[in-house]
Amino acid sequence: MSEVKEELRYTEEHEWTNNQNDIVTIGITDHAQESLGEIVFIELPDVGTTLDRSSTFGVIESTKSVSDLYSPIAGEVVEVNGSVENEPDIINKNPYDEGWIIKIKAKRIEDLDSLLTAEQYKKLIDE
Amino acid sequence: MNKEKTNLPSSDSYANVYSFVDRHIGPSRSDIVDMLKYLDCDNLDELILSTVPNQILLDVPLKIDAPLNEQEALAYLKERMEENKIFKSYIGMGYHDTITPTVILRNILENPGWYTAYTPYQPEVSQGRLEMLINYQQMIMDLTGLEVANASLLDEGTAAVEAMLLAFRYSKDSRNVFLVSDGCHPQTVSLLTARAKPLGIEIKIGNLTNLIEDSSTPFFGFIAQYPDTIGNIKDYEFLIKKGKSRQSISILACDLLALSILKSPGEMSADIAIGSSQRFGVPMGFGGPHAAFISCKEEYKRLLPGRIIGRSVDKNNNLAYRMALQTREQHIRREKATSNICTAQSLLAITAAAYAIYHGPRGIKGIADTVHQLTRILSKGFSLLGFETLNKVYFDTVAVKSPKNRLSAIKSRALKNKLNFRFYSADIITISLDETTKISDLNNILKCFSSSSDIDLLEVEDSLLSDFDAIPNNLKRTKDFLTHPVFNSYISETDFLRYIKRLEDKDIALNKSMIPLGSCTMKLNATTEMIPISWSKINSIHPFAPKSQTKGYRFLINKLETVLCDIAGFDKVSLQPNAGAQGELAGLMTIRAFQEVTNEQKRDICLIPSSAHGTNPASAILAGFKVEIVKCDDKGNVDTKDLAYKIQQYTDRISTFMITYPSTHGVFEENIGKICRMIHDAGGQVYMDGANLNAIVGISKPGHFGPDVCHINLHKTFSIPHGGGGPGVGPIAVKEHLSAFLPNHSVVKNAGPESSFGPISSAPWGSASILAISLMYIMMMGPGGIKKATQVAILNANYVAKKLRPYFPILYTGRNERVAHECIIDLRDIRKHHGITEEDIAKRLIDYGFHAPTMSFPVPGTLMIEPTESESRKEIDRFCDALVSIHNEILTYSNIQEPKSSPLKNAPHTFFDVMNKNFNYPLNIAFPMQNDDATAIRYISPVARVNNAYGDKNFACSCLPVDQYKTG
Repeated sequence: MSEVKEELRYTEEHEWTNNQNDIVTIGITDHAQESLGEIVFIELPDVGTTLDRSSTFGVIESTKSVSDLYSPIAGEVVEVNGSVENEPDIINKNPYDEGWIIKIKAKRIEDLDSLLTAEQYKKLIDE
Repeated sequence: MNKEKTNLPSSDSYANVYSFVDRHIGPSRSDIVDMLKYLDCDNLDELILSTVPNQILLDVPLKIDAPLNEQEALAYLKERMEENKIFKSYIGMGYHDTITPTVILRNILENPGWYTAYTPYQPEVSQGRLEMLINYQQMIMDLTGLEVANASLLDEGTAAVEAMLLAFRYSKDSRNVFLVSDGCHPQTVSLLTARAKPLGIEIKIGNLTNLIEDSSTPFFGFIAQYPDTIGNIKDYEFLIKKGKSRQSISILACDLLALSILKSPGEMSADIAIGSSQRFGVPMGFGGPHAAFISCKEEYKRLLPGRIIGRSVDKNNNLAYRMALQTREQHIRREKATSNICTAQSLLAITAAAYAIYHGPRGIKGIADTVHQLTRILSKGFSLLGFETLNKVYFDTVAVKSPKNRLSAIKSRALKNKLNFRFYSADIITISLDETTKISDLNNILKCFSSSSDIDLLEVEDSLLSDFDAIPNNLKRTKDFLTHPVFNSYISETDFLRYIKRLEDKDIALNKSMIPLGSCTMKLNATTEMIPISWSKINSIHPFAPKSQTKGYRFLINKLETVLCDIAGFDKVSLQPNAGAQGELAGLMTIRAFQEVTNEQKRDICLIPSSAHGTNPASAILAGFKVEIVKCDDKGNVDTKDLAYKIQQYTDRISTFMITYPSTHGVFEENIGKICRMIHDAGGQVYMDGANLNAIVGISKPGHFGPDVCHINLHKTFSIPHGGGGPGVGPIAVKEHLSAFLPNHSVVKNAGPESSFGPISSAPWGSASILAISLMYIMMMGPGGIKKATQVAILNANYVAKKLRPYFPILYTGRNERVAHECIIDLRDIRKHHGITEEDIAKRLIDYGFHAPTMSFPVPGTLMIEPTESESRKEIDRFCDALVSIHNEILTYSNIQEPKSSPLKNAPHTFFDVMNKNFNYPLNIAFPMQNDDATAIRYISPVARVNNAYGDKNFACSCLPVDQYKTG
């Protein structure tokens, strides 16, 4: 059973978000890394890129599948996790901590309100 | 429906108790009776009536001729092919005469161990050809001086297009101009032009220096030919740097042999090199098949199209090869794939690599030096005769200026002496030499230019020693190539032969056991069908040879076009597309050209069902369409409600609906007629993907139930072997209204209609030489045999489905619970309850001596099985028994994830596994069938399960570095 963390908010594309003072950290969920299998490549945006809500900001690949990464909020990329670029399987090992992907300075933090709660997300992946 | 005819021997010879149909079809006549009984059917017709929607069944038999026996068919084709005339070809333009070393001819090109294998999707059973393909990549990387190469593309022109598209994708900004040097081969220029148009790329053709220096418009890339089409060699380094300063990608179309003595594209800082490896031992064959190459700098590797073979390790950390970075390809990335092309030209790439191994670096350079020396002699000879030669820096081609009034005399003397020159313009003739040219040939050439040419060429040769060198030092190659041991170890034929054999033995091809790959149609490739492709009258002809010399080929082409029209129920066929995906693209571009003429350019949507093969959306994008996906219902059929909704949503924007029939789910959809009508009523065209045509030929004609275009995979339905991942041939058949828009050719004018969208391949009839295989098949099967093959393919698939159903759920079925020519077994519950994946089962089948079925296509977590008509009941039983036995193992080893304790997780087993002291279970569990079935194939995987992730994370597409080779 994949882990879902209570304190995070989720997207239907299996990403998690964690807001700290309007800086939102984004990663993929345990469920997502499990379905992808061993992650071999991740393409990240440059720091400073501005993103619209739902725009793609990167690509994540295992040997047999490829998924776009969607930004759940509008804002500016303020930091990217360089270590997952070099060792993408960190995401498999630790999707919620060391495996974070980018940090975005949110334009409208209210965007987060419409995301799924842990409970809703659990329901989604149970289906 | 017509009654099934018994196939009596077609000759009165005593030897022919059995007809070719009996040879082609696996189950014996009595087995067929028993298998029908097992399916509760009285005869094959009844099986078809209970399986296929009756409204699409044929009521008239095919018009094709009654079958010939094997000897008759060979004699008939031979007689017609004798009408081809073999002239010495000096035409060049990317096609050169070459010598296929006989040891390669017999042991690779003519050897079913190599030509009947499939694309190496299951790496464990493909290590032999994977190693040869990595040798090929290494050879290309060495000669072009670039860091990454793929395992081949379809032809040089297509490779140029793919390189242009790579540059276009890489640029990521609004630049849409691509510069094309007027020194490129004309067939490449026209292919670039045709393919650029639907994507909004603007092609500018001209003198490259002027284009780059003058261009005020930004451009994203350019291409130049090296040496150029009339033989000139220029150093492009300056232009490449100039282009780079404008963020433009540089592409050089190269001659592989010339690169052995010329400065490499890499040394000139080019980004991409492309070209053909034809002259490395692959016959011209009137246009193909040949392997084109593409190589590039490391930074573009994720944008590179086609298959890339990479090094990885197996479970035991031993070196193992596999296809790398597959996420670039259509089966995963679909409309976002780097290319629509799925197949490569593996067999020909392997042949070219073998040629390089056979000759080694010294041999290759020796050939190049000889060709070059002869060209210098020829050039000097022309000067002595008073002719001006236009190229001062050249490799193998002399461009001679001739007064216009002497041209026709030269032409007629050349024809009389059976020589083909290239008449480049009204006063320029080019002559390209190759490894078959001898000094006596030069005299024959010169005699065509001057009747009084009594030049002592040996004297000329001596005088050249002190003469001006035709390749200046700054253009000479300085870097070593082919330095890896594999290219320096096999001069002795004994050693070379054993190396090839050792690799062959690592692989499962059809000469070892059944290859039940769904959607791939691994049927018999009969020896008699293959014989003609070795005839010199088939393989020694240049694709641009004059019409008067290719009467035999014209017959072959016409005949095949006619029978394919009849078989598929269409009005006109183009044989030009040299792969299935190119058929798709050609078909869609034909539709676009038609809709332009009928003022329907606004139709820009291509509807594609979610079950479609990934090449469909990828091809649609390259034809300039927007792709909209139509849902499938839970039975796997097109959801007609969603289709109706999409039609309403896009009304007059719908151009084309692409549908595979029978579907990729292996089912005959009942609604096919209705679906076609819905699209036609909306003003759109129906494209039928003929990937599964082998399930309907002879019992139905797609042209009669709706589709306007259909591609036909000759490498599936009509017996062309898969060659370990190519060649493929994908002709398209169209209805009358589209026939004026089929592909044409810029060099060979009568190869297609003037109103065409342009070409889709470099050669006018694509891979012309292997068309003979399909024609042989059709001639020997006859109308009854073709029909029976389809019936037995359906019989075999339903037999498999019924035998396996008690153990594995069959995912989709049509009427009466029947499947078409293949069936999908659903393993998702097994994974859920027992922790055993489709991959475990696929790899375990290797221990039973089988190649796995198609894994996770079209549905993840499943295996798709296609037995084809050519597998006997005995072999099918053996395969089903293996799967049933694996089912038992699943229960026994349920949820054991530790490989040490589970033969399923540990599969495939190797010798090293079982010899290991710590090996956990008895030998007969590791290799289950081999102890109790004396007839079982003895196959043991050369490597343990390959680690896919390792290979992608540690990407390497070269041979093992020299310092890591172990001796011995």
